[in-house]
Amino acid sequence: MTDTTRQQHLSRPFDPFDFMARYGTLIALVLLILFNLAFTRNFATTQTLNVNLTQVCTIVIVAVGMTLVIATGGIDLSVGSLMAISGALAPMIFLGKIVPIDNIALAVAAAMIISVGVAGLFGLFNGWLIAKFRIQPIVATLVLFIAGRGIAQVMTNGNLQTFRVPQFQFIGLGRIFGIPVQVVLMALLVVAAAWMLKRTVFGRQIIAIGGNERAAELAGIAVSKVKLVVYAISGLCAGVAGLIVIAINSSSDANLVGMGMELDAIAAVAVGGTLLSGGKATIIGTLLGAMTIQLVRYTLLANGVADAAALVVKAGIIVLAVWIQQQGRRA
Amino acid sequence: MTRVRLISMLGSYGVVLALLLLILFGWARYDYFLGFFNITSVLRYNSMFALVALGMCFVIMTGGIDLSVGSTAALGSVVAALASPQGAWIGLGAGVGAGLCVGLVNAVLVTRLKIMPFVATLAMMLAASGTALLLADNQSVSVSYESGFTSIGQDNFLGFPIPAWIAIVAYVIGWIVLNFTSTGRAVLAVGGNEDATRLMGLPADRIKFLVYLVSGGLAGLAGVILASQFGAGQPIEGVGWELFAIAAVVVGGTLLTGGVGSVGATLAGVLLLGILFNVLNFENGKGWISLSAYWQSVIRGLFLLVVVILQAKLSSRGTAAAREH
Repeated sequence: MTDTTRQQHLSRPFDPFDFMARYGTLIALVLLILFNLAFTRNFATTQTLNVNLTQVCTIVIVAVGMTLVIATGGIDLSVGSLMAISGALAPMIFLGKIVPIDNIALAVAAAMIISVGVAGLFGLFNGWLIAKFRIQPIVATLVLFIAGRGIAQVMTNGNLQTFRVPQFQFIGLGRIFGIPVQVVLMALLVVAAAWMLKRTVFGRQIIAIGGNERAAELAGIAVSKVKLVVYAISGLCAGVAGLIVIAINSSSDANLVGMGMELDAIAAVAVGGTLLSGGKATIIGTLLGAMTIQLVRYTLLANGVADAAALVVKAGIIVLAVWIQQQGRRA
Repeated sequence: MTRVRLISMLGSYGVVLALLLLILFGWARYDYFLGFFNITSVLRYNSMFALVALGMCFVIMTGGIDLSVGSTAALGSVVAALASPQGAWIGLGAGVGAGLCVGLVNAVLVTRLKIMPFVATLAMMLAASGTALLLADNQSVSVSYESGFTSIGQDNFLGFPIPAWIAIVAYVIGWIVLNFTSTGRAVLAVGGNEDATRLMGLPADRIKFLVYLVSGGLAGLAGVILASQFGAGQPIEGVGWELFAIAAVVVGGTLLTGGVGSVGATLAGVLLLGILFNVLNFENGKGWISLSAYWQSVIRGLFLLVVVILQAKLSSRGTAAAREH
């Protein structure tokens, strides 16, 4: 796995916990796939692959932003509400409810840019609260968690917006070379974020802040600026995810879009091996974490286990993953 | 440290003052605002949130957090509803017991396995919710109307709603424990500096164990009230309760970093957020403006925003002053 802190463990004797902490998620994923190949009917089909990939896409996209936020030692509870805002705003624009736009391509482009931009601005607002006022991230983002969905509901008056606009829904239903568009988007985002975190100064600054904020500040890192950008990125990711969700559904319901997404994203990040206290992060791990959780749920559902029971299992996986990682760190 | 205490006190008085102003505003503006019916219905409804926020307050004072309270309340309501045909007390006990079970698991995860409270209680939030849905078979569970279970939530005692009595008793106990017992001092000590507390020989883990257990039990109790008030155990209720409780605790001036806190101010925080709702309803009734229910969450969010910014301003001034000395 891409462990960005690159600890010197090579000379030590083999430690099972450390091994599990590093490769546990990957092993779990492989085991799950093997189990499904053996026991779940029709598992090795492109349809299964597509179902799982499209379902996990939005979680991964949000979780990438969340990983960066958590890497700085923060948390973003507002992502689900921001999804609802961007999901509510986009149809209002391309359906011409705010300003009528004749050219549909132009309208769709404006809708995408503006709604994702607005989500980014709200993310920036989170960052502003955290960087300027030094409000704890959990409280600062709680504000928009509560108010954000309300804003989306007020904008749409709580009404369902339905639409059939193929130009827009391309991002949720279209395909590029047979691959769903949102999967391509997800892959690009994951690669870009992983590269940024590992290879750029900005990425190293994020990790440094999460590791020891005071030290990072003394080392000359513009802590406030980095935090602003990180929360803005998280907002942008949530905005994109909101668009994908409504594109898939052909409708936007401000009451439902992104509901509970913050928990799914945090769970994916935690299972993926990113430290929730900050200072160590892995984007690929987050991707694997999200896929593991998704595949567990799929496995249970495909084998006739109730969705409610899947929740309990998910809880167990989160606790187990975090516990193993802690043992690995202690060793 | 004294400066921090001063800020927290300012926060406490601030929230009480804001509460009084809001009540005064409502009394001056609306005819039936201080009417018996309105007062009792506000108290009856908000007593559930008050109980959850009390548990949350203690958890936060130790520097932790409990995200599982909402789904624990849902689980408590389902279990209580299922047990209610056996009698009111058994229903009550079963609901609280279910809450205590969740609290117990939280406590073990946090103190024995050393899992961060945020993650541990997040996982239990999912687990409790899943268990509630399984037990309830994905639908609401009707309570028994013969066993007297519904009187817990719906009847009055000495002209006052029983849920409000329960909340008052809980807060009085909470207040006494926090201010007049060694356990209460230890709770604040753990939140202030856990390592120092350990070195002083105080049982830090036992204190933390206790607060998560109590938080679970109170959430279960809130679930019992929920079930008996609305006549059904509701597995999908309780969504967002944990965040409402955190907001109320924060509005009450308790710092999320732990170490400071006030039981009374938490109650004021709950009432403030609850009465804000009530005032909005009255305002809509007046017909001057018509704010949909959706505005309520926006206004609550804005309110929380104002409070946290004020708190941050006060405390940054506090730390600046502390540095000068």
